[in-house]
Amino acid sequence: MSSSNYKTIVKDGLWDNNGVFSMLLGMCPAMAMTTSATNGFGMGLATAVVMAASSLLVAVFRKLITPEVRIPVYILIVAAMVTLVDLAMNAWMHELYKVLGLFIPLIVSNCLPLARLEAFAAKQPVLPSFLDGLFMGLGFTIALTAIGAVREITGNGTLFADASLLLGPAFKAIELRVLPADMGVLMMILPPGGFLVTGLLVVVKRMLDLRAGKEIQMGGAHSVA
Amino acid sequence: MSHAIGIPVAAPHATTSNSAGRVMATVMAALAPATLFGFWLYGWPAVYLWFITVGSAMLGEAFCLRLQGRQATPVLLDGSAVLTGWLLAVSLPPWAPWWIGVFGGLFATVLGKQVFGGLGQNLFNPAMVARVALLISFPVQMTAWVAPLPLFSAGAPGLIDGLRITLNGMPAGYDAVASASLLGFTKTELSRGIDLLASLLQAPVPGWYGSHPGSLGETAAWLIAAGGIAMMALRIITWHIPLTMLAGIAVPAAILHAVDPARYLDAGTHILSGGAMLGAFFIATDYVTSPNTPRGQLIFGAGCGLLTWIIRTFAGYPEGVAFAVLLMNSLTPIIDSYVKPRIYGRDRKGAALEPGK
Repeated sequence: MSSSNYKTIVKDGLWDNNGVFSMLLGMCPAMAMTTSATNGFGMGLATAVVMAASSLLVAVFRKLITPEVRIPVYILIVAAMVTLVDLAMNAWMHELYKVLGLFIPLIVSNCLPLARLEAFAAKQPVLPSFLDGLFMGLGFTIALTAIGAVREITGNGTLFADASLLLGPAFKAIELRVLPADMGVLMMILPPGGFLVTGLLVVVKRMLDLRAGKEIQMGGAHSVA
Repeated sequence: MSHAIGIPVAAPHATTSNSAGRVMATVMAALAPATLFGFWLYGWPAVYLWFITVGSAMLGEAFCLRLQGRQATPVLLDGSAVLTGWLLAVSLPPWAPWWIGVFGGLFATVLGKQVFGGLGQNLFNPAMVARVALLISFPVQMTAWVAPLPLFSAGAPGLIDGLRITLNGMPAGYDAVASASLLGFTKTELSRGIDLLASLLQAPVPGWYGSHPGSLGETAAWLIAAGGIAMMALRIITWHIPLTMLAGIAVPAAILHAVDPARYLDAGTHILSGGAMLGAFFIATDYVTSPNTPRGQLIFGAGCGLLTWIIRTFAGYPEGVAFAVLLMNSLTPIIDSYVKPRIYGRDRKGAALEPGK
């Protein structure tokens, strides 16, 4: 595989075919876990690790997995990876685990990893599959962090609150207060804010793509203008 | 839209003189007396808030139209954005700070209406979407009611003082007039274990002409009802939604008040307080977000009323008109798909009728 293909995989995962903003997959964690940038970042990283590992494994075993049983096999592989991440976070990032804990097991049923396994890893060699899983996961992380950041700033007036729990005490410095306390729009950290911010960020991405003169990659929806 | 001569024009060929602009203008005229009365009751801060809210709603509409590359002026002139801002303004606490009006007005037309595709496309009533967004986001400011201080009366804020209240929030000197609405007051007292028989003795007495704390346009219940009846006489709205909505509030209220007057408010208080009248005549009757058929409208109105009463009586918020209307808005497509008028020449199931029978 040529290096330009790897470049495409990286660009697709991070931006052009972003899991949240272009494919609108994995909406459940994108809404539920983005009340703060730190939560979104942690959830995104956990998903990225699971996606990279399970894409790698599926690509390794792709010739052995028969089409008839592929979905149960994918689910089992993803579930095994999720269990590993779950236990690891519980052991080494316990504070964050207390916040994200409920949602980590749900990565199994996130449609983004399954979609990439089915669409990419099942048909491609090991290295591209691993990169696809990794960069799709990192794109997911970027999206969740962005949604979380907008919701946290507008809803709570802070940015990266509690980041030191996730990244270690050295990152205390990036915990910012952008607006004075009690200035936030409470709705933004409640469920409606998740829908509003996700929708508006999809619009922002499309506007940036349109301005750059790119073909919009979104489920057959072509702009009329 | 103009048609070239010679090309057959699709039906309907004969139309009434009704246009969106004319309907909106009539609704505004019907709403004007209650609004002007509200201005008099609550003074200059209310006037400023009204202008800010309506202006923001129009600004949001114009901004979205510009984004779509459309001419803003003709669409703004149909008055729907003005009416949305107006309905929102009369549902706000009259002395709310300016940014409440700006946030609400923009939210109503941009996120409540234009993202769905503009007039006629929105699923939810834009004014109520904005009101609920404000109530959830800014619970303190949205429940800061004031006792009426009629214009030019002693102690009422003047032209400049009023502007200061709108821009800077309520100054300390006016703390004395801050007050709870009747529904909020009784709810708080009930949660403290004081029953209605005791708390109503100290409650702010609802003046018959609306001189009690509440939203800008809601306390003048009779003027709102008069505007609504005028709209019925002009055939802008029908009786189905207002009557069933008020009945939906009054009937359960009357029954349970008879059972336990210490726990449940009576029907008259329910209908005359809060946004019941405004909701029944001006908000639930929105053409876009209510069912099309009379039978569907009966279901819709009754649902709005019943939900309002349930939310007021059992839920955490003292007032529930906005929530009830939004919940029933979401059911409108379902109601419309189940309650369909019979097609001419066919029975209710859609089978052709036998000729001559």
